[in-house]
Amino acid sequence: MIEIKDLHKKFGRLQVLDGVSLQIADQGIFAILGPNGSGKTTLIKSILGMVIPQKGEIYVNGQPVKGQWEYRRQINYLPQIARFPENISVTELLQMIKNLRSQPANDAELIELFGLQGHLHKKLGNLSGGTKQKVNIVLAFMFDSPIFILDEPTTGLDPVSLLRLKDLLRKEKEAGKTILITTHIMDFVETMADEIVFLLEGNIYFKGTLDELKKKSNQQDLEHAIANILAENS
Amino acid sequence: MIKVLQYSFYDLIRSRWSYVYFLFYLVLGFALLFLNNSISKAVITLMNVIVVLTPMIGTIFGIMYYYSSREFTELLLAQPLRRRTIFLGQYLGVALSLTLSLVFGLGLPFAFYGLGQSAEMGNFALLLLSGAFLTFIFVALAFIIGLRNDNRIKGFSYAILIWLLLAVIYDGIFLISLIIFEDYPLDKFTLIATMFNPIDLSRILILLKLDISALLGYTGAIFQKFFGTQTGLFTSLGVLIVWTLVPVYFIVRLARKKDF
Repeated sequence: MIEIKDLHKKFGRLQVLDGVSLQIADQGIFAILGPNGSGKTTLIKSILGMVIPQKGEIYVNGQPVKGQWEYRRQINYLPQIARFPENISVTELLQMIKNLRSQPANDAELIELFGLQGHLHKKLGNLSGGTKQKVNIVLAFMFDSPIFILDEPTTGLDPVSLLRLKDLLRKEKEAGKTILITTHIMDFVETMADEIVFLLEGNIYFKGTLDELKKKSNQQDLEHAIANILAENS
Repeated sequence: MIKVLQYSFYDLIRSRWSYVYFLFYLVLGFALLFLNNSISKAVITLMNVIVVLTPMIGTIFGIMYYYSSREFTELLLAQPLRRRTIFLGQYLGVALSLTLSLVFGLGLPFAFYGLGQSAEMGNFALLLLSGAFLTFIFVALAFIIGLRNDNRIKGFSYAILIWLLLAVIYDGIFLISLIIFEDYPLDKFTLIATMFNPIDLSRILILLKLDISALLGYTGAIFQKFFGTQTGLFTSLGVLIVWTLVPVYFIVRLARKKDF
């Protein structure tokens, strides 16, 4: 369970998060939506302790995160852009993260699932964008943690890998995991998300199920519902 | 921290630049020995090179590594690791690999030349030690610049500026002020001004150890007069340690508050 209370974050003069309060229950897929620059990534990075908020509190499984680091053992994170040290190979990267976390990992299974066997000894700098994203996914899914935070997991994936990712997410959800996802692919949200958190100008505009959002905006599908919200608030 | 250090270290050791740096010192060492045909002369020439070059390589390498490892850093930040662990690990990785290039690059030619039997062993070791100090200090300064500037162009400019300032401009201003105020007692001023520049400090440290009064210059002479050779050595070493620890403290402090 993740609990966020009155979170404020400013970068220079730009107020990115303006008093966000949010509770994310255990188990389920939660989609964090919002236009570009609405604070999705900042919110996620605050939970991870990568961005340090000016005000507000965050609790992960009841523990405050400020100044802490052990709690990250319970979180698997997939960053928005798959950027890795270019000098090392895929195997070395996986070994390194496993070594740093010293937790059991099921990377072999994931490597097979995403067909990465042929790339294991290539340098990360030589991989294509999509392949890097697959490595990114393997890194994010190989540990058995209760919380998953995925920042645009679908970027650059081919249709087959996208299906595999969806299966993977369903499996983790069945296993009782809490999964936070940001994405701009509405189709992905419609098929996967249990609940939607809609951020607008640093605040939570809406939190609830897909049907509630459609009802609220009087629209048949999610894409139009969101377009509607944005048009109303622009 | 050891694990982060290890990865940064291996990452660097395998990069082409470490070899270039190592080979440069190797060639320099051999060239100096054959040109001077004497270890003690080579040590003096080497001092002038080391005192200017290690700070430059330290700053440039430090800032380059800081920026090019941003991805690695972001990856580590999401792992259950302390920020201090991440940044100190990386810092030590860079500083150590550069120091090793220096020690082996220069050590090998001198060892071949029969350094072991010569009386210059202590001087040579001190030369490498001050080179190591300068590397650690300037890599730390580069990390501070990196932590404070997300803009790489700005970061690089500041890094080059700080090297230029401490290696060249500082001495210029120092010298001019000595000439302008020559009517006043300048001992204390000289002493303090030297302490504030690690490059000057290491130069004096080596000169004191080499005990070549002809080369000591004004600042060196003052140092010797004020502290005597032995105390002078220890004082300058002590100040160099402070010069290393203070920037490292700032790395930890800046890293704690930074957004990624």
